[in-house]
Amino acid sequence: MSLEWIIKIIEMYWPMFLRGAGVTLLIASVGTIFGALVGLLAGIIRTIPMPERGAKKALLKVINILLSIYIEFFRGTPMIVQAMVIFYGSAAAFGWDMDPIIAGIVIVSINTGAYMAEIVRGGIISVDQGQYEAAQAIGMNHIQTMLNVVMPQVIRNILPASGNHFIINIKDTAVLSVISITELFFQTKTVAGNNYRYFEAFFIVSIIYFVMTYAVTLILRYFERKLDGPDNYSMVGHKQNNETQVDLAK
Amino acid sequence: METVIDIQRLSKSFGSHEVLTDIHFSVNKGEVVCIIGSSGSGKSTLLRCVNLLEKPSGGKIIYNGENILDDKHDIHLYRRKLGMVFQQFNLFNNHNVLGNCVIGQMKVLKRSKEEAEQVALKYLKVVGMDRFVNAKPRQLSGGQKQRVAIARALSMEPDVLLFDEPTSALDPEMVGEVLKVMKELAGSGLTMLIVTHEMEFAKEVSDRVVFMDKGVIAEEGSPEQIFNHPTVDRTREFLKRTLQ
Repeated sequence: MSLEWIIKIIEMYWPMFLRGAGVTLLIASVGTIFGALVGLLAGIIRTIPMPERGAKKALLKVINILLSIYIEFFRGTPMIVQAMVIFYGSAAAFGWDMDPIIAGIVIVSINTGAYMAEIVRGGIISVDQGQYEAAQAIGMNHIQTMLNVVMPQVIRNILPASGNHFIINIKDTAVLSVISITELFFQTKTVAGNNYRYFEAFFIVSIIYFVMTYAVTLILRYFERKLDGPDNYSMVGHKQNNETQVDLAK
Repeated sequence: METVIDIQRLSKSFGSHEVLTDIHFSVNKGEVVCIIGSSGSGKSTLLRCVNLLEKPSGGKIIYNGENILDDKHDIHLYRRKLGMVFQQFNLFNNHNVLGNCVIGQMKVLKRSKEEAEQVALKYLKVVGMDRFVNAKPRQLSGGQKQRVAIARALSMEPDVLLFDEPTSALDPEMVGEVLKVMKELAGSGLTMLIVTHEMEFAKEVSDRVVFMDKGVIAEEGSPEQIFNHPTVDRTREFLKRTLQ
């Protein structure tokens, strides 16, 4: 009977599921954060206005071409293939014996960075030109404008898409089982194989995946609401009828 | 009279299209100057050239005896001396009303938070928005946004305040509240350079009116002279079209 087996498997193997879920969350969260940083940097570089001439223009052009190659290649190939190439490639070419978890984080970061670069570029483009002009008109330089006005809006703009990517990463780390990372999917395969109970083991793990992704969804919604602030605002002080004296002559 | 900004032989081209040709004009301290003219006459471009949001193609802008178009001149230092009020308000969406008026003072003028907030509240009171310090821009009406934008510019305590069609994006019933604030400011001795389509307003508050047509200053003089005794045909035609 299935239900009995489900309970039995949970009772016997819950530490393995827990450890697997831990590794999955670790790789997905650290990979998403590093990927977001890579994407932020790549997205910012790709939106720098092209200088009119000189060495700066040539340098920026070369960097942009390299970034394009990176983005298009890692968006255009499956992560499972990238994992094999990087893990076995680094061993064959440099003799590196990478820790599988480190390798997993690297792969997820690089992959996420490629997608995030485009998300960030979109986030920057969507900030109204008037915001830049207003910041410049009060005397802010480019860095002050980006830090105080543009980037906070970009972060808010890209938050839903980043959360989406975090959820994708939680699920897609399953493919990293091909390089023997003991994440959730890998552990489940072991459990299922030990007992010849495939449906029960994978049914349990489907619930675990869903709980993790839904928890992330709720946490991100909370952050979005927090960033947006309250829908209402409170008025300060009392309405005054007397005209305020204006005296600006200097 | 002390000249604040002196513009000499200014020109501006977008590609091969010349939008400003050989502009000479100056703004004196305490003066309110309105620039009028039909759409496409170059008046907004001229205003945007004054604070270098558009880079002039030629000519000089003399401020404090220095040509700020020299490469060596720090344009950020110059810009903080000019306030700008935009047609589309352009309040910082990531800051509330108080934050909009404080951020520039703190980051550009390096004022302390306390001082910046005090200054901001003073000018928010001038525009009648001091009770809205906690509101976000998206929670305000157009007229309220524009009044906050004026307070933001005033908080930097500029030498000159530039207005780029400040009421053109407003619903008709909100134009009045913004013009009222601007009239109070004009009466207070602030130096103001205003691009506007509000002819009655220009007539009432200006010390001087500049009429632009096809990228040149066609006529310039007191409001009485421009509105009642225009000497140039193009001015007459423009006023006939807009004042009926």
